[in-house]
Amino acid sequence: MSRRGDWVYENNGGTCVAIAGADYCVIAADTRLSVGYSILTRDHSKICELADKCVLASSGFQGDIKALHKNLAARELLYQHQHNKRMSCPAMAQLLSNTLYYKRFFPYYAFNVLGGLDSEGKGCVFTYDAVGSYERTGYSAQGTGSTLIMPVLDNQLKSPSPLLLPARDAVTPLSETEAIDLVKDVFASATERDIYTGDKLEIVVVNKAGTRREYIDLRKD
Amino acid sequence: MEEQKWDQSMGGFNAASRSQMAEAAAGGEESQRTLYPYVTGTSVIALKYKDGVIMACDTGASYGSTLRYKSVERIKAVGKHSLIGGSGEFSDFQEILRYLDELTLSDHMWDDGNSLGPKEIHSYLTRVMYNRRNKFDPLWNALILGGVKMGPKGAEKYLGMVNMIGTHFEENHIATGFGNHLAIPILRAEWREDMTFEEAVKLVEKCLLVLLYRDRSSINKFQVAKITTEGATIYPPYSLKTFWGFSHFENPAQGAVGSW
Repeated sequence: MSRRGDWVYENNGGTCVAIAGADYCVIAADTRLSVGYSILTRDHSKICELADKCVLASSGFQGDIKALHKNLAARELLYQHQHNKRMSCPAMAQLLSNTLYYKRFFPYYAFNVLGGLDSEGKGCVFTYDAVGSYERTGYSAQGTGSTLIMPVLDNQLKSPSPLLLPARDAVTPLSETEAIDLVKDVFASATERDIYTGDKLEIVVVNKAGTRREYIDLRKD
Repeated sequence: MEEQKWDQSMGGFNAASRSQMAEAAAGGEESQRTLYPYVTGTSVIALKYKDGVIMACDTGASYGSTLRYKSVERIKAVGKHSLIGGSGEFSDFQEILRYLDELTLSDHMWDDGNSLGPKEIHSYLTRVMYNRRNKFDPLWNALILGGVKMGPKGAEKYLGMVNMIGTHFEENHIATGFGNHLAIPILRAEWREDMTFEEAVKLVEKCLLVLLYRDRSSINKFQVAKITTEGATIYPPYSLKTFWGFSHFENPAQGAVGSW
């Protein structure tokens, strides 16, 4: 049964993950673009570097994702012109939330994970739903493979309960290399069972030295 | 399952009829929108080769299940550096050609020594398609934009696709419609960097033949076009040789009387 509003959206698949550390943040996403049961391309980035310490990864409908990334990048440029500095990650987090909610009644079909360093240089991850509801966490996964990955991250990164007083940081004590290895492992696992995740993994690491990128091959089936 | 959750969260949004939505969006006027396609072109395929980009498709346009028009040119040159191929609603493709005419005209009138390359045109088309989708008034097409332009590192080849809701990407070989299912597997197996023109045409013809056999809306009349640093060439239409002499077709009832 095809419904009348069906054609406006499609799910192009894919998974995004981010993990925050004491002084780094790892943001990763696969590079497969799908439509239905077809793969359109194996080499499409879902990651956008919005500011020098702020990286956004989104999965969902690619048309909306690209428009959202363009919108935010333009707003960041305006911010630079007006404030003579780049946007901080928490500031971009709020802007993203507002941008998403602005289209509350015709949403951006984008499931976002924002990662980077906050104003103190500590790793931060913000996770969103399609209409802008967000939360700062120590780690997150979004997209078609998120249900496969989140439980593993919960187990491996042992997040403290938000009910504890004084509040404990959810940021992982793992080192940068250990976090990257964990990301590679969870993507390899998600690729096995999620048909929309695979081909290649793009990893972006943000730390005080700057930003670097890595590519890892994933299963192509 | 995600689709259902998504639709539920949208509430009554999908229940409204398209024309009602269109009327509401237009402030109460009668709907003028493409609600579903009428005259459609089928697959277009394209690939990068040594000197540029090659693009091919058949010259048919169907009206539902009728093969209504048999001499339709669905690949056109755009500016000095690009080719556009379109499948889907043919009148929307003609509208897009009008938009591109305006774009290339103002580009030419700047007279500043610059000209729009394939990357720029692809970006423009992506914005047009996405913004029409946002107004619930889509151009019901899947477009392939290919070209080659001289850049700082020499001749830079470009090949990209946009569909009716604005999904877009770049690749070494692209197909629309049925081509995604029938031609892309062949291209993924046999495409190589730096193919000669003859090799590229052979590969394209292999794909077109499969589409001819298996896509009911394709016809045996094709056009191949190429774009290089020297410009665009759209070759005159021609047919491919088909083979129907399979033993199964000869005595169909042999294996099982009364069935294929």
